[in-house]
Amino acid sequence: MKQISGNKLLVKALKEEGVEMLFGYPGACTIDLSDELYKQKDISIILPRHEQALVHEADAYARTTGKVGVCLVTSGPGATNLVTGLATANYDSVPLVCFTGQVARHLIGNDAFQEVDIVGITRSITKYGVTVRNREDLGRIIKEAFYIARTGRPGPVLIDLPKDVMAELGSAEYPKTVNIRGYKPNTSVHMGQLKKSIKMLQKAKNPLFLAGGGVIIARAQEAFLEVVNKTQVPVVTTVMGRGAIPTNHPLFVGNLGMHGAYAANEAVSNCDLLFSIGTRFNDRITGKLHEFAPHAQIVHIDIDTASISRNIHVDIPIVADAREALTKMAAYVEECHTKRWLSQIDAWKKEHPLTMRRNSSLSPMDIINEMNRQFDEAIIVTDVGQHQMLVAQYAEITEKKRLIMSGGLGTMGYGFPGAIGAKLGNPDKPVIAISGDGGMQMNIQEFATAVLEELPIILCVFNNEYLGMVRQWQKLFYGKRYAMTNLKAGALSRRTDGQEYPEYTPDFVKLAESYGAKGLRVTKKDEIAAAFEAAKANTKTPTLIEFIIDPEEMVYPMIKPGGTLEDMIMDC
Amino acid sequence: MDMQNGMKKRWISLYVENQVGVLSKISGLFAGKSYNLDSLTVGTTEDPTVSRMTIATVADDETFEQIKKQLNRMVEVIKVIDFTDVFVRMKEILYVKVRKCTPEDKAECFQIATTFKAKVIDYGHDSLLLEFVQTATKNDAVVKLMKEEFGNIEVVRGGSVGIESISYMER
Repeated sequence: MKQISGNKLLVKALKEEGVEMLFGYPGACTIDLSDELYKQKDISIILPRHEQALVHEADAYARTTGKVGVCLVTSGPGATNLVTGLATANYDSVPLVCFTGQVARHLIGNDAFQEVDIVGITRSITKYGVTVRNREDLGRIIKEAFYIARTGRPGPVLIDLPKDVMAELGSAEYPKTVNIRGYKPNTSVHMGQLKKSIKMLQKAKNPLFLAGGGVIIARAQEAFLEVVNKTQVPVVTTVMGRGAIPTNHPLFVGNLGMHGAYAANEAVSNCDLLFSIGTRFNDRITGKLHEFAPHAQIVHIDIDTASISRNIHVDIPIVADAREALTKMAAYVEECHTKRWLSQIDAWKKEHPLTMRRNSSLSPMDIINEMNRQFDEAIIVTDVGQHQMLVAQYAEITEKKRLIMSGGLGTMGYGFPGAIGAKLGNPDKPVIAISGDGGMQMNIQEFATAVLEELPIILCVFNNEYLGMVRQWQKLFYGKRYAMTNLKAGALSRRTDGQEYPEYTPDFVKLAESYGAKGLRVTKKDEIAAAFEAAKANTKTPTLIEFIIDPEEMVYPMIKPGGTLEDMIMDC
Repeated sequence: MDMQNGMKKRWISLYVENQVGVLSKISGLFAGKSYNLDSLTVGTTEDPTVSRMTIATVADDETFEQIKKQLNRMVEVIKVIDFTDVFVRMKEILYVKVRKCTPEDKAECFQIATTFKAKVIDYGHDSLLLEFVQTATKNDAVVKLMKEEFGNIEVVRGGSVGIESISYMER
């Protein structure tokens, strides 16, 4: 029988898994693998400029294509640089298969050059991780990795590849089937439970749907829309679930939670049935647990048993894939009598509509509104912070739009590489990254990747010279002591006791230009439209638009961490 | 959530893949999620690719449910058995070495051994080694007793192993 090296088998496996793109950064322990990949043309290789950005790019590629994101990095620092990205993907349930180089087996445990126990390091932030210790296990392990990553609740899988195992000759066979005795993801839905929940829904006076990221991961939007239209039950979403139904749909109330819309949070507090799908009731949406949905019975559909009845008590648990459950549900549901309930929700919307002050010359709301106006189709990728919450509040997400972000882990530095991954996976769709000036500087090196790959991403930097979200907390809860959040602070401000500050560093426009990208600066409201037009016209390189934002701009409404609806701050 | 609600010791038996890192993954789950891990034993089964663990944890009802779910979702965990409402046989091995014994001490050790159905498995000039195979609770009592009776003892315990009984209702 034909014998091939482990490196050759891996390349063969990638092709059989349908991998079209691999995000890789080379090193001593993976150089043989790089060489094998060099000899083929079916898989495109992307070379980012940092492994953290690399894994975020694979992550956003996976989120926006539905395929598994594939990473290849070397041992030691190459592997440890994956950690943040793996945790990000793990908390947002993103299917990744990450290959890490490893020193040869006889060196493992010797503190060899560039040796780390990466499987040990990432054990709690991956869905599964394993070191390949025998050449004959390699094919099976890769097959299992792809299966585990994309089935059930998706997640990142890490495979550690000792250099000598990969060099060893062995079987050329790549398995066709998978059978893991400890891993049998649920594929059906318990009809008895589902019918019980439907009965509750039909009987409820004030029913409410709560849609989380699970609806989007399961690609259940269409089925969900059908259920919503049939039942006429209003919908609130988490930030990860935004777009589960189009945000311009009359039954969409808004996001709930810490920066949720007033009406959405009131609806949760007053509903008598909370029908939730694909959410884990994270503390950012529940606030104080005792006060969350106090009058409601709760139905919870989730693919992950461990997410059900974990943070809040659930009356009807349903372990199922969201699309499976919602498709089944669509056949049974009838219109609920929600007229009075809907008019109550409308009254809340009118009482405190979602809005921002317009007294400054350039409001983030104006920028997002202009983006909504100019783009019918787009993938919007945010970083983490104030701009993220503002986009989550104001971005219109309709059928042809997607919003992605690091929702669970809240990883600064996700936005820009995320946009690169999204664009690589969706070359025909406009991709807009929105970042703060803080997050933009984590992974700014990816300009090189974006320029060389000729990716016309539109990169909006909301520059307020501060780490704005932390500053917001400091302004509201820490007596305006802006510790560690002023991005112009340094020797000069220390020397002058905070009286003098230098010019902002970097000059984002010049920085973009130095990489060969286009840079624009917008300081007034009437320049926004033209800036977006100019960015759209630039189809060969990324365009960075720096928006100069007043540091006093805040994200409202806000519920204090661990607070209740009564603590909601509408404005100050 | 009242963390004191239904707080008690509970037992789980786990079938896991007999692979490198699995023990670390299980114990890491308990540490990482702040679950109490009272006792954990592990050994291979009749199938050398499968190990079986017996785990004791002190937890309230909700946390215990969550522990079982978290264990179940691990790829390497083949099966989780909750021993709460199952008749099980469960024993722990305990060695007690008694040092600097007087002849009277030795006599008392033999009496203790008879009472607790323990074995004296080694004997020296002024020391004695006892082996107890009984429930962990009884072992607790023995350790307490012997610490009071003899000043200089050395104790090592194996942790409980359990298996579902065939017909007995005994624990």
